[in-house]
Amino acid sequence: MSDHGTPGRTDVVPVDQHDQHGDVELVGDPIADPGLHEHQPRPTDVDERAEKRAERQVAGLFGLSALFTILFVVSYFAFGVGDDTTVIAGYGASTVALGTCLGMALLLIGVAAIQWARKLMSDVEIVEMRHPAASSEEDRETALTSFRAGVDDSGIARRPLIRNAMLGSLGLLGLPLIVLLRDLGPLPGDKLAHTVWRKGMRVVNDIAGTPIRPEQVEIGQLINAEPSVFYEKNGEGEPKFEGVTLQQAKAKAAIIVVRMKPSDITPSKGRENWGVEGILCYSKICTHVGCPISLWEQQTHHLLCPCHQSTFDLADNGKVIFGPAGRALPQLPLAVDGEGYLVAQRDFDEPVGPSYWERG
Amino acid sequence: MRLLSARLSAKRRSPFAGLVVLLLALVVTGAVFVGVEKTVSPAAAEDASAAQSTAQKGRALFLVGCASCHGKNGEGIVTKRGTQYGPPLAGVGAAAVDFQVGTGRMPMARPGAQAQRKKVVYTPEEISALAAYVASLGPGPSVPSKSEYDASDADNEAVVRGGEFFRTNCTACHNFAASGGALPGGKYAPSLRGVSSKHIYEAMLTGPQQMPVFSDGVMTPQDKKDIIAYLKNIETSPKYGGSSLGSLGPVSEGLTAWVVGIGALVAFSVWIASSSTRSKKGTQA
Repeated sequence: MSDHGTPGRTDVVPVDQHDQHGDVELVGDPIADPGLHEHQPRPTDVDERAEKRAERQVAGLFGLSALFTILFVVSYFAFGVGDDTTVIAGYGASTVALGTCLGMALLLIGVAAIQWARKLMSDVEIVEMRHPAASSEEDRETALTSFRAGVDDSGIARRPLIRNAMLGSLGLLGLPLIVLLRDLGPLPGDKLAHTVWRKGMRVVNDIAGTPIRPEQVEIGQLINAEPSVFYEKNGEGEPKFEGVTLQQAKAKAAIIVVRMKPSDITPSKGRENWGVEGILCYSKICTHVGCPISLWEQQTHHLLCPCHQSTFDLADNGKVIFGPAGRALPQLPLAVDGEGYLVAQRDFDEPVGPSYWERG
Repeated sequence: MRLLSARLSAKRRSPFAGLVVLLLALVVTGAVFVGVEKTVSPAAAEDASAAQSTAQKGRALFLVGCASCHGKNGEGIVTKRGTQYGPPLAGVGAAAVDFQVGTGRMPMARPGAQAQRKKVVYTPEEISALAAYVASLGPGPSVPSKSEYDASDADNEAVVRGGEFFRTNCTACHNFAASGGALPGGKYAPSLRGVSSKHIYEAMLTGPQQMPVFSDGVMTPQDKKDIIAYLKNIETSPKYGGSSLGSLGPVSEGLTAWVVGIGALVAFSVWIASSSTRSKKGTQA
């Protein structure tokens, strides 16, 4: 609105606007241009003493910052790292001193700069007018002319052989990008649908790797377990699973074993013989996004996922009773082998872990 | 005679009659209570039965302090809805009693989502008497000896091994730094900091409340001892990273970042943008 506004001036003349928009007859001015406030100087602008005081404040803040920087260097040499770890509120003298000194040094520089700008730097109201974003006609004309001159000079229109060869070579550069995508593969195939569990494979305690007898498991017990194959060695004395292979296999085969009162369990049809005297085994991988779950309430028989609060009822075939999980927790059928240890009847009947496209 | 009864009934209606009857009733009740209490109070029971076995002393204590929820013979009380008012105690063992009563969780002050740790109301002798009585109800885990749970001489290897067991079996509920965590319905897994080694051992052995059992057959006494060694180790390890904010993870850290961190930034922005005091002096001059 205020085309004629200049810094510190409020005398915008509405008559000019009437002239510019000659065809529109403005009756008065519906929303009057308030213009700029009358400029009021700060105390530091008019009071010599206030100005001096502000100057001392800013200099003092910078000086204090310098002092903290020096204290930082001093405390670096004065306090040993790790020797006195519980000196100041249990945090260690070195940690507290270094952090406080460096923090204050930086903060005080910032505070001084703000104080300087607010109290002492120039204090005038400024109006910045909007202007078109495009370059001037003249500049655009010059740019186009030189571009056309370049095109003519290269003779690209006259030499189709060169042009086509260039376009071909540039186009072919897209091929490496596509070829490199192959490294994202190969597709997993049906690997997601299977785990290392096999018929007769023993259920062992995670970390310790000890096999489990049903009579060792008490009602209300939770065992974080793994297949025994992770603790077995091959013919050369090396572990059968190692490194990334071990982690990948573990991520699918991890299980939890729980024991409940047999009278509390309501197996669905076909699952009547999947447990051993109230001992049931479920996948440890949440069917929502695959967090490992072992947060088990022994009295309610609920298994909770700490990530998104999906809750499974282990007494009722791993049914989802709360949360975002879409499928019941896969159950591993258990049996007892000739030596009396818990073993798997077979692999899981369904893929463990979160859903994926091909699963359907 | 008639006259007398009429006078009496007239007196009875006097404003003080009710008060007198109430006082009389209170005195009688108090006297009866004192008499009853004398016969079964812990101290009296102990004095009177010096020759009795510890289990019998425990039974006397049990009848006073525990039987109202757990039943007179520790058989448990089932509510109308079929839930446990107080669970049956046959087979829970002396270790369960030592944990529940020794941490003040039992006796419960009132029914609730979970028994809370509070001031211990029984003396150690009374607790062992109660434990002996409950152990006599059925075979269960006994109170561990000091050599079983004391991990003060554990080496680094034991601490590392205990850490592996802790992260696999305990962190889901008790948090990565043993600070505890929330469970649904007002329940929670308590913090393990400052809990005595004996009570941690007993909790693993007996599975109090919602906590699962970690029986000796699957998690050996050595495994349990290593877990305790790890817990005691992280309790004393220095906080190199500065304030841990309770080691509660994103909850306390996020709250601090949003409230303290962004709050300070907003405060500075307000200060930068606020107009300073103006003077009329210049315009007047």
